[in-house]
Amino acid sequence: MLSAEIIYGLTGVGLFTLGLRATLLQASLLARILAINVCGAGVFLMFVSIAYQGLAQMQVPDPVPHALVLTGIVVAVSATALALALGRRLRESKDE
Amino acid sequence: MNNLLALPVVLPLLGSLLALVWPRRADWAGLGASVAAFVAAGHIGAEVMRNATLELAVGGWAPGLGIALRADGLSASLLLMSTLVALAAGLYATTYFAEAQKRADFWPLWLLMITALHALLLSGDLFNIYVTLELLGLAAVALAALGGSRAALQAAVRYLTVGLLGSLAFLTGVGLIYAGYGTLDMVMLAGRVDAEPATWVALALMTAGLLIKSALFPMHFWLPSAHANAPAPVSAALSALVVKAAFYLVLRLWLDVFDVALSQASAGLLGLLGASAVIWGSWQAYRAERLKLLAAYSTVAQIGYLFLFIPVLLATEPGEARDLLFGALVLFALTHGFSKSAFFLGAGVILHRAGHDRIAELGGTARALPVTTFVLALAGIALIGLPPSGTFLAKWQLMTSAIAAGQWLWIPVIAIGTLLAGAYVFRVLGHAFGPGEGVGPSLAWARAELPALLLALVATAVLGLGAAQVWTMVVPGSNAEGVSL
Repeated sequence: MLSAEIIYGLTGVGLFTLGLRATLLQASLLARILAINVCGAGVFLMFVSIAYQGLAQMQVPDPVPHALVLTGIVVAVSATALALALGRRLRESKDE
Repeated sequence: MNNLLALPVVLPLLGSLLALVWPRRADWAGLGASVAAFVAAGHIGAEVMRNATLELAVGGWAPGLGIALRADGLSASLLLMSTLVALAAGLYATTYFAEAQKRADFWPLWLLMITALHALLLSGDLFNIYVTLELLGLAAVALAALGGSRAALQAAVRYLTVGLLGSLAFLTGVGLIYAGYGTLDMVMLAGRVDAEPATWVALALMTAGLLIKSALFPMHFWLPSAHANAPAPVSAALSALVVKAAFYLVLRLWLDVFDVALSQASAGLLGLLGASAVIWGSWQAYRAERLKLLAAYSTVAQIGYLFLFIPVLLATEPGEARDLLFGALVLFALTHGFSKSAFFLGAGVILHRAGHDRIAELGGTARALPVTTFVLALAGIALIGLPPSGTFLAKWQLMTSAIAAGQWLWIPVIAIGTLLAGAYVFRVLGHAFGPGEGVGPSLAWARAELPALLLALVATAVLGLGAAQVWTMVVPGSNAEGVSL
């Protein structure tokens, strides 16, 4: 039987792969930005499932991966903001 | 405790914030922070030469839970290069950006990029490295878009998406490492790593992410447009420093942390990619029509040389021979940092004064802009690897070690790459010395030419003649008398 953390971990891998494929194949910038975020969500899900890895011995999940995911989310939001800003500038320069 | 290590990170960050809240004094904040960071890096370099390794547990938290800052010979020498290049390019930028508004936009981003770069070089923790890698990438993208032209924006968007994919791959590898070994501190990790499939997958993911960021052939496709369309001081920093940060991490991971888990075949693969980069980058540089594009493709080639060192290093037995080769690798990286930044700054002067940088129309430049032409020639000498540049010594050592290790394949690659480099440098100089109108010299631009000249002189003369110092710094307890010429 698959344990929950393996299922979450594999879902993370699946999300990462889907996002990677779309990032490489999509032509539209907005779609690529979304795809990178899906990719990032996959990675974060993997981290969260890693935290539950040793739960049998410990009473609580490992806090370190959770702290890492929080930092990672902040980085991802900033990167998305920069990408959107660049995309907007690009679009304005097209209109001129 | 060694608080000195925090200064190269804190000072540029402080300068960046000052430049942001006080845009009218941005030049002073920026230059002040650059000078202070350079002084701090010099102190760190001197300390490393005395004590080999420095460490600082930030906030008093021991590594494991806390994050450590570390400096050894490799990071200290790159730090010193980075602060000097940043100072010279910053000085250049005060002339290059004529409008005060442009400079107020430039300084905060520029200093943030320097902050992230220094934090990356000094960081001892894999996750911290991921964060600094992202910060460095974001600041670099914003700087690359600073020109505002459509081509620059498109290149910046591509740079950003490719860079994000690279860092996500790196992050996935970091997660696997944590799952396997329960620590992200590199020194602790080095003692625990085993050769097992999970480690290989993690290392492959991290390396793939870093190869994208260091633009190793065939992942170099984003580099030429991003570097060639950025403003000149930014191009200089992107080519000389940012690309090298990713290479530094490859080196750190492969040689210090995961050396037990590596096979000669995987190193050979990196070497083959490096060899392809040398040939392809040099050929594209030879065919380039614009000066800045030539410089960008030349970076692709020079990064290739750096990766050629890896299989030879791993095939060399630890000891004096390997130390010599490792010193040569650092010398090569440093020389390229100085020469390529000088080249880009020189190209920026030509672009600004002549209004274009088409190589075929450079006629008369030597008469009109003698100092800039001299800068291009000096930087070219270091790019080709002619004596007395540091590249000459480094290539010589690489060939000697490759022969000693029986890796004959790299010898013709280095020879062809060097010939092509000679061809593309002399093509530029040939046109520059040709007849033509040219624009007159300008006293205002002398302030921009001097930093470029300084960088070119460091690459060609200082690093070549003072190369022994590099070995003393990189290899603990060595005296460089073993370097044969």
